[in-house]
Amino acid sequence: MTQSDKPRWQELEIGCIVTTPGSTREYKTGDWASSIPVTDPAKCAKCGICWVFCPDMARFIDQRTGTYDVNNFYCKGCGICARECPTGAITMQEVGD
Amino acid sequence: MDLNVYAARMLPEAEYFAPGHRACLGCGHGISVRLVMKALGPRTIVSNATGCLEIVSSTYPQTAWKVPWIHVAFETAASVASGVEAGVKVLQRKGRYPEKERVTVLAIAGDGGTADIGMQGLSGALERAHDFIYVCLDNEAYMNTGIQRSSSTPYGSWTTTSPSGAKSIGQKTWKKNMPAIAAAHGIPYVATATPAYPFDMVEKLRKAKEVEGPAYVHVFSPCPTGWRLDPSMTVQIARLAVQTAAFPLYEIEDGRMKVTVKPSKLRPLVEYFKPQRRFSHLSEKDVKAIQKRVRAEYKKLLAREKEGF
Amino acid sequence: MSHRKGLEVSLGISEAIKACDVDVISAYPITPQTHIVEKLSEIVAEGELDAEFIMVESEHSAMAACCGAAAAGARTFTSTASQGLQLMSEIVYIASSMRLPIVMAVANRSLSGPLSIWGDHLDVMANRDSGWIKYFVENGQAAHDHMFMAYRVAENPKVLLPVMVNLDGFQLTHVIEPIELIEAEELGDFIPPFIPQIQLNPLEPVTMGPAGTPAMFTEGKKAQEAALRDSRPVIDEAWEEFGKRFGRNYKAVETYYTDDAEVIILGMGGLTGTAKSAVRSMRADGRKVGMINLRLFRPFPDEDLHKVLSGVKVVAVCDRAMSYGGPGGPVASELKTSFYGHPDAPYIASFILGLAGRDVRTGDFEHVARRAEELADIGDPAPYELIGLRE
Repeated sequence: MTQSDKPRWQELEIGCIVTTPGSTREYKTGDWASSIPVTDPAKCAKCGICWVFCPDMARFIDQRTGTYDVNNFYCKGCGICARECPTGAITMQEVGD
Repeated sequence: MDLNVYAARMLPEAEYFAPGHRACLGCGHGISVRLVMKALGPRTIVSNATGCLEIVSSTYPQTAWKVPWIHVAFETAASVASGVEAGVKVLQRKGRYPEKERVTVLAIAGDGGTADIGMQGLSGALERAHDFIYVCLDNEAYMNTGIQRSSSTPYGSWTTTSPSGAKSIGQKTWKKNMPAIAAAHGIPYVATATPAYPFDMVEKLRKAKEVEGPAYVHVFSPCPTGWRLDPSMTVQIARLAVQTAAFPLYEIEDGRMKVTVKPSKLRPLVEYFKPQRRFSHLSEKDVKAIQKRVRAEYKKLLAREKEGF
Repeated sequence: MSHRKGLEVSLGISEAIKACDVDVISAYPITPQTHIVEKLSEIVAEGELDAEFIMVESEHSAMAACCGAAAAGARTFTSTASQGLQLMSEIVYIASSMRLPIVMAVANRSLSGPLSIWGDHLDVMANRDSGWIKYFVENGQAAHDHMFMAYRVAENPKVLLPVMVNLDGFQLTHVIEPIELIEAEELGDFIPPFIPQIQLNPLEPVTMGPAGTPAMFTEGKKAQEAALRDSRPVIDEAWEEFGKRFGRNYKAVETYYTDDAEVIILGMGGLTGTAKSAVRSMRADGRKVGMINLRLFRPFPDEDLHKVLSGVKVVAVCDRAMSYGGPGGPVASELKTSFYGHPDAPYIASFILGLAGRDVRTGDFEHVARRAEELADIGDPAPYELIGLRE
């Protein structure tokens, strides 16, 4: 059975259910960003606030350093992390085309 | 400064809501749902009403949900949850359900799907004392259809169906008190929460989960798009709502009030209004009058807590 | 051991639901189906059936709760009528699109206004295109029996569609008839255990009821419609098996004296009983009249009807519902459409009668038969004739 967005009718799951949990992760919301967060590692307190407050789960922990990096595949550039960072380590920078 | 924030990374790491969902930049629901699911875990079945959350998370062929999830209609979060709860209960009793452990049934709806069109279904489910959690994600208007007023829209707020104008202040009535209505059903647990206070919120959802019977959690979930707010301000505005008492954080456990976040000194309401263009038409006099009532309502909560009921 | 009992038909339905070992019942009172859920409530309270009985706060919630329960994998039941069916209508359509095998008894009753608690088919006809399998029963035994048919068909993995069993409000629900009750032990495996093909289960998470898109909605509807059409062999097989095990044989199109009939009266539900008497009486007078009891309304049994009615001079379709501003009664219109362009199509006359419980007598059918023949000869400018109208 397909989960394509243009299925033949015979290919649809019964009742049009979606059987792949979390399949939105295939969708690149990072394309929406007109600016993205950049962290100054010297200022990062590794507190995790940027990770907690991200509506798009676009932060992941770097196990080696303990810092939280941006996943640009998903980051929409809302700027919440930059504003909430208690040490001011994050700044938003405009992206090119 | 809230010391909770430095322990942020101590929240459970697992995510039950996937990235790639189509919510707007800075959407409060994105943070709220993450926190709710971190508190409740994977043995949760979600009954979602039609609305922003449902649309951004479940447009065919993709889903952001990693737990079983069902959407039927706009006013049915609670009524479908009632059926799910009853179904799982009887199937587990008859030994026919694949999951043997206790399953959490979670109903989620927006303010429209809760305080307006979904209110009857909610009242019925609460009265029948189903063992479930009802979370209202309150962004204070019908956002998915383009920012129309609901009974949860605060007094003075601009929306497309309560626009400010020469003859209008915007929303003409005071925000409907849904937590009080839920509490009036005599349910074991009622709470208000907001993602700006993540530990307070997670604790409350955990309590809701432990309760045997209905629990109602009203989550203040800012909408930068509808509130005409800078998308980076979502968490900050929710924090200001609590610190100005525009949205107080409390819980009612077995009928007993507890205000869980008490700002040492309330900030002026104008600090909460200023970043949001939905309030920009209000005069100083308007804001003063609203602040008066906001503070009076907050005092009532404190007084009730003091009296011990 | 089955036993024959004089029982109010509503209660015969409750007894059948008990024998079906239903898991979840959601209920809301509305005349004239309330006795069904009252009796079920007693049955559950006495511990005779292990089920969750949800006394909801409206019919809309009744159907929504059924959706939730069926999605969780439970065998579900509800019953309603009239305004209740209309109130839950949005969810009725959704239930079939979500392929949830819910069974519902509908005590057919008028739609307001003016308010009418009396029986007719206005409620079910307003939900014609809801995607549910629809049976019509004409007596207490058939009402009892079709609850079993409903679950066997609905839960069949090749079907997975909700089923509506329609019975006349008051004229059937509230009458006492002799019913041979089938109890759980005798039912045996006529209804196999319900194994949900799609289920809300944390061990295998799925998303049910997603938002569709223009790109796939058409395909979704086609898939749903195909499922409804393809349910026919399962429906027939269920009747056949029931006949083998319990000795009562049902069909989609049941005929009475139709072999050499020149005029055939066609109806659904209880009025076909009266029509039978009328046919016997007209036959005694030497008139070549016959009757069809249309038992299956959806999926519409075109082929069966064509087989019986091709070459027949006149069919007098007796509807208990109206379609305001439309080309005749609902069943009549569907039959006409079904026969369009067909060689040997009969003349199809549309009669509407029995609205809001108005008594239908053998004399009315005699009038219908006579009038239908007249219309066949002279042609008929009017889309329908309203029997018994005082003008």
